[in-house]
Amino acid sequence: MTTRHVDVAVIGGGLVGAAIAFGLRAPGKRLAVLDEGDVAWRASRGNFGLIWVQGKGQGLPAYGTWTQRSARAWPALAEALRKNTGVDVALQQRGGLHVCLSAEELDARAAKMSALLAQPGFERYAIEVLDRAGVVARLPGVGPNVVGGTWSELDGDCNPLRLLRALHAAIAAAGGEIITGAAIDVIEPRAHGFVLRSARGIVECETLVLAAGLGNARVAPMVGLVAPVVPNKGHIIVTERVAPFLSMPLETIRQTDEGTVMIGDSQQARGFDDTLELPVLAVLADRAAQVFPQLRGVRVNRTWAALRVMSPDGFPIYAQSTRHPGAFLATCHSGVTLAAAHAYHLAPAIAAGTLPPEFLPFAAERFDVRAAA
Amino acid sequence: MSPPGRSKGEYRSAQREGDSFSPQREGVHPTTSTDVAIVGAGPAGLAAATRCREFGLDVTLFDEQPTPGGQIYRGITRSPLQDPAVLGQDYWDGAPLVRAFAASGAGYVNDATVWSVVAADGGVTLGVAAGAPAARTAHMVDARAVILCTGAIERPFPIPGWTLPGVMTVGGAQILLKTAGVVPQGRTVLAGCGPLLWLLAWQYLRAGVAIEAILETTPRGRMAQALWHAPDFARSPYFAKGRELVRTVRRNVRLVEYVSAVAIGGEVAARNVRYSVDEREHTLAADCVLLHQGVVPDVNLAQATGCSLAWNDLQACFAPAIDSWGSTDVAGMYIAGDGGGIAGALAAAPRGRLAALAVANALGRISHATRDPIARHDRAELATALRGRAFLDTLYRPTDAFRLPSGTTIVCRCEEVDAQTVIALARQGCAGPNQMKAYVRCGMGPCQGRFCGLTVNALIAREQQRDPAEVGYYRLRFPVKPVTLTEIAAAPTTAEAVKSVVRL
Amino acid sequence: MFARLPDPADLRDVVDVVVDGAPVAARAGDTVAAALLAAGVAHCRTTPVGGAPRAPFCMMGVCFDCLVTIDGIGSQQACLVAIAPGMRIDRQRGARAIDGTAGPG
Repeated sequence: MTTRHVDVAVIGGGLVGAAIAFGLRAPGKRLAVLDEGDVAWRASRGNFGLIWVQGKGQGLPAYGTWTQRSARAWPALAEALRKNTGVDVALQQRGGLHVCLSAEELDARAAKMSALLAQPGFERYAIEVLDRAGVVARLPGVGPNVVGGTWSELDGDCNPLRLLRALHAAIAAAGGEIITGAAIDVIEPRAHGFVLRSARGIVECETLVLAAGLGNARVAPMVGLVAPVVPNKGHIIVTERVAPFLSMPLETIRQTDEGTVMIGDSQQARGFDDTLELPVLAVLADRAAQVFPQLRGVRVNRTWAALRVMSPDGFPIYAQSTRHPGAFLATCHSGVTLAAAHAYHLAPAIAAGTLPPEFLPFAAERFDVRAAA
Repeated sequence: MSPPGRSKGEYRSAQREGDSFSPQREGVHPTTSTDVAIVGAGPAGLAAATRCREFGLDVTLFDEQPTPGGQIYRGITRSPLQDPAVLGQDYWDGAPLVRAFAASGAGYVNDATVWSVVAADGGVTLGVAAGAPAARTAHMVDARAVILCTGAIERPFPIPGWTLPGVMTVGGAQILLKTAGVVPQGRTVLAGCGPLLWLLAWQYLRAGVAIEAILETTPRGRMAQALWHAPDFARSPYFAKGRELVRTVRRNVRLVEYVSAVAIGGEVAARNVRYSVDEREHTLAADCVLLHQGVVPDVNLAQATGCSLAWNDLQACFAPAIDSWGSTDVAGMYIAGDGGGIAGALAAAPRGRLAALAVANALGRISHATRDPIARHDRAELATALRGRAFLDTLYRPTDAFRLPSGTTIVCRCEEVDAQTVIALARQGCAGPNQMKAYVRCGMGPCQGRFCGLTVNALIAREQQRDPAEVGYYRLRFPVKPVTLTEIAAAPTTAEAVKSVVRL
Repeated sequence: MFARLPDPADLRDVVDVVVDGAPVAARAGDTVAAALLAAGVAHCRTTPVGGAPRAPFCMMGVCFDCLVTIDGIGSQQACLVAIAPGMRIDRQRGARAIDGTAGPG
């Protein structure tokens, strides 16, 4: 059995774990990322790629702040990745639209955004409510059923698969090891660190980060933490490459830098089941064709359903174990948007050894859940 | 001079006077329900449909082509080659299958792409997009059982230059010959191995097409290995015909054996072929290069429906896991023909008939007591057809040189991902084909991994010294052939589905 | 390079189609792919990723290298579509264009 001795071990090589590991790189610091096998739930492969601010934080103003901090730090992340690995993650932050297909939808959306911005303590930014003319001015080709939408200049997108690839490459370039096929069997806390056992051997570390997505629920109690996360299924449609026609992301339709068009999004509580549901695909396809009728004849090359990592209120959980202070937990369902915050704000806090008070709103205690004995 | 009755821009799926195919029930779409849906009108599908009809089941056969026959009997109802001597008698042996199907009363929907098959509530629902491009209809079909007869596809042949114009599969060239009477001009080279290579060469000879050379890639010593299975092969229906065919080709075409490497040169089209024998390199000028190294099951539809795949090491490919009746691990779903594992043309029809028996039994039409004696005949026919399989599979298993590309050789034709990219990531410990796909997009194009999946599997297996069976394959989803956004939008929705998307 | 087998017994009608704006004589029953190859069209598209020329490869609908635009509808598999009189066939250059425009461009 191989035994590795590292300073920091990150359980989970998806966008959350990889961004944190990226932020933890330092000369002389030994880093290991433990990842599962090829066929696993893998929320990070099901990502849409939005870097999205508008609409976030209803019920938790701190999340609105956290999201905006991440959006502001994103250009630095993209540049660092490009410099480090040569991979261009195609960051674009020139604003984004949420489009509505009925007066009812538009009214509900406008009300929601008002309520969001009116929350005490919410870090405000501009969300413009657009009527049809307003949307048409930004997107001349939209279909007749589009009645309006909301716009924020803080929104954007990137290439999420390339982001993951770049993060992994940067970790490796810094001497970090990404161990695949290493689903954790058990974590044994020790006096000054942890022993992790998996099919790929033993890893001993001083600092431990749990970023295992849905797997966090199982491993968190091993270090005195709780991660009440459950699956939330989302469907995506991806078309063939088409000539560029959409240069700004909509919350549910975006054209990638490769030219393919991605269409989302749906949310269902189905447990650990990523079976494709054709009725959902049909609704997504129909709405996309209403927004852009010129997409009607475009070929769909692939679709998928993936499981978001959903906490009870939908907001991230960031926690540090009181019983074993070297263990940290991070989970969210916006791994792309929050990648910069994870790399540049969360990782340094982990490296410093303590989560500062700004993370308290994200602690698991907010669910009134007791830590496992 | 246009045929009467056709308007400009109207595409007819080609049923016209003089065509020999007149099914009793044609174009019954939009069919919305049937007892047994069959996907694929090759010999397995035709035989399965005909047999199901014998038990009084309502049957609808869906096929992508305008006319039945699959690939092996492609265009058989309307080949412009009227002289049977060109294509060989085996081709015309498909005609009785088509006639029997036409007379069976089975429904037939041509130009139809079955893009999804979902098993639920004791039945199966198919998503179908049918008709000519300007007049596509999309509909769902409910069936009590489905028999997938989607057949085989050419094994990838990833060598330098394999994506150039002027390079085609041997199967593709044969389809051109059969359906359009179109043949290569200029300097033509065939490369690879397997019975189809010899068959096409023989057909070209009969048609008067000049062949520069056949570059045969079976390695030295392989025949000796295969000869262990020779006695069985000698008793097979292929043996006598095959031997005669090979002799004729050898006498008339330049044959280069034990070719260990092939590369096609040219900037915008094939210009030459470089090949190696015994570590010496040679170059041939060529305008048309035809490649073939066997066929493999088209597993995409089976896998997307949830059927497990099993690795066949002798044939170096994946096939759906099925039992001797063609049942899968998905209720209501059966597989027959080469789509369930490569067994050759003559095995396809008995496999189709066995699946039909299993379906008829499962749907309560016939008892075991009725089913089993009939099955014995089918199994006897199947056993005869399988004679020689081990010999052919052993002899013609491609070498690593032709399954494991390197350098800038394209692995994924659709996304233009080359071998060195895949190899580098495999060396860094990429977890498997699905992670490889996420990293570099191989398998994300319209062919959905059909021409790269096995190559990616093989490269990861070699670089990481893992068993191909354990490395696995792409995770495939619907649609298994690209369909339009409109066609997907036409699938039925539910209130729950709407709520999951429109969250006010 | 491909050509039709000379066959005096071939009774198929000549059907006129248009390829990239130029008239081409095909035969009734041809697929678009067969018609293009028989007419000496060397490549039927260039790829969206690298601009590489491609021609029909498998002739059975699984390789997707034969994608062309037919009567204005893009990404049609030429090997699966039968020709019809007056059909307009255009080679596809790179990613297909869709009608209309949207966005700042």
